[in-house]
Amino acid sequence: MRPFEQIVTEYGPMVLRVVRAVVGPADAEDAWSETFLAALKAYPRLPGDANVEAWLVTIAHRKAIDAARASARRPVAAADLPDRPATSGRPEDWDGDLWDALRRLPGRQRQAVAYHHLAGLPYQEIASILGGTADAARRAAADGIRNLRRTYAGAAGPAPAGTAGGDAR
Amino acid sequence: MTTSELDAGEIFRSLPGVDDETNTRLHARLAAEAQRDGVLDVAYRTLDTPVGVLLLAATERGLVRVAYTAADPGDVASVLAGLAAAVSPRILRAPERLDEVSRQLDEYFAGRRRAFDVALDFRLARGFRRSVLAHLTAIGYGRTENYAQVAAAAGSPKAVRAAGTACATNPLPVVVPCHRVIRSDGSMGRYAGGENAKAALLHLEGAA
Repeated sequence: MRPFEQIVTEYGPMVLRVVRAVVGPADAEDAWSETFLAALKAYPRLPGDANVEAWLVTIAHRKAIDAARASARRPVAAADLPDRPATSGRPEDWDGDLWDALRRLPGRQRQAVAYHHLAGLPYQEIASILGGTADAARRAAADGIRNLRRTYAGAAGPAPAGTAGGDAR
Repeated sequence: MTTSELDAGEIFRSLPGVDDETNTRLHARLAAEAQRDGVLDVAYRTLDTPVGVLLLAATERGLVRVAYTAADPGDVASVLAGLAAAVSPRILRAPERLDEVSRQLDEYFAGRRRAFDVALDFRLARGFRRSVLAHLTAIGYGRTENYAQVAAAAGSPKAVRAAGTACATNPLPVVVPCHRVIRSDGSMGRYAGGENAKAALLHLEGAA
């Protein structure tokens, strides 16, 4: 069995991208930490032939559901949402427009998009995480991408100046 | 690649890359929470010393492994693989647990310390080898013994060759001073860090 340190090094960045897309910038680091702590606890019992990506995404999926329940119980803080795109890893520098578009997707579409396009999982694995069939997971991801193309300006190149109210770029 | 994958690449272009600062912050948080929850079975770090890069690993009981790694990532990986198999795969780079032994090693290599005072976990050595290691901790700074003396002190005067093997496979070199055991003709004998490292340690201690 590989030392868990290697699991963190190899899959940590992938899991962070997934949770950023699924739970958003404000909660991503909490979700990442909870995912890897739970994974570390369960790791000695992981079968040797297990698909590690799918295992980690399954844990992250459950942690994201827990986080969503917790955040539904507290008031929305509008100040958590950054209003300017940036590319560094600091949560406050996140592209608010992308998260805004992701947040508007139905949960299954957002999850299917993230698990397929960011984690690289096949639809069969995604179906076993989300429930339902592989075809349904494929449709959810395709619908999600179609919706994002419509609602997210960044997908069509840089946003035209003056569209984001008060943005002084 | 399908159209939807091309689209996804464009859409997620602005998702932040994972930078070193974020990685470091998340890793430190994971190590601290694993320690808090009692699931950090093995913590490790590397330490630069005059005899090379040492990997230090500790369980909750104490220091369990000191390994010469020649600063080679492959060496580190193979030491960690050995610990995963023999102790637990719950291993994280987590320097805090090694702070005290690192400080004592720095003092030792600076000539300001003659004995180590840290908890040791001998679980990687069993039977006669463990008896040999227990005796080695009694050989004082700057002194040497030969393999026959060590075999006798460990309770098996005829097991000179086995005493040599026990020293050569010491899981805790430097801290458990197998470098203080030399051949009866005065030559160095086998050492995990190589003969040069053994000679350097004995020279540091004024024994050679």
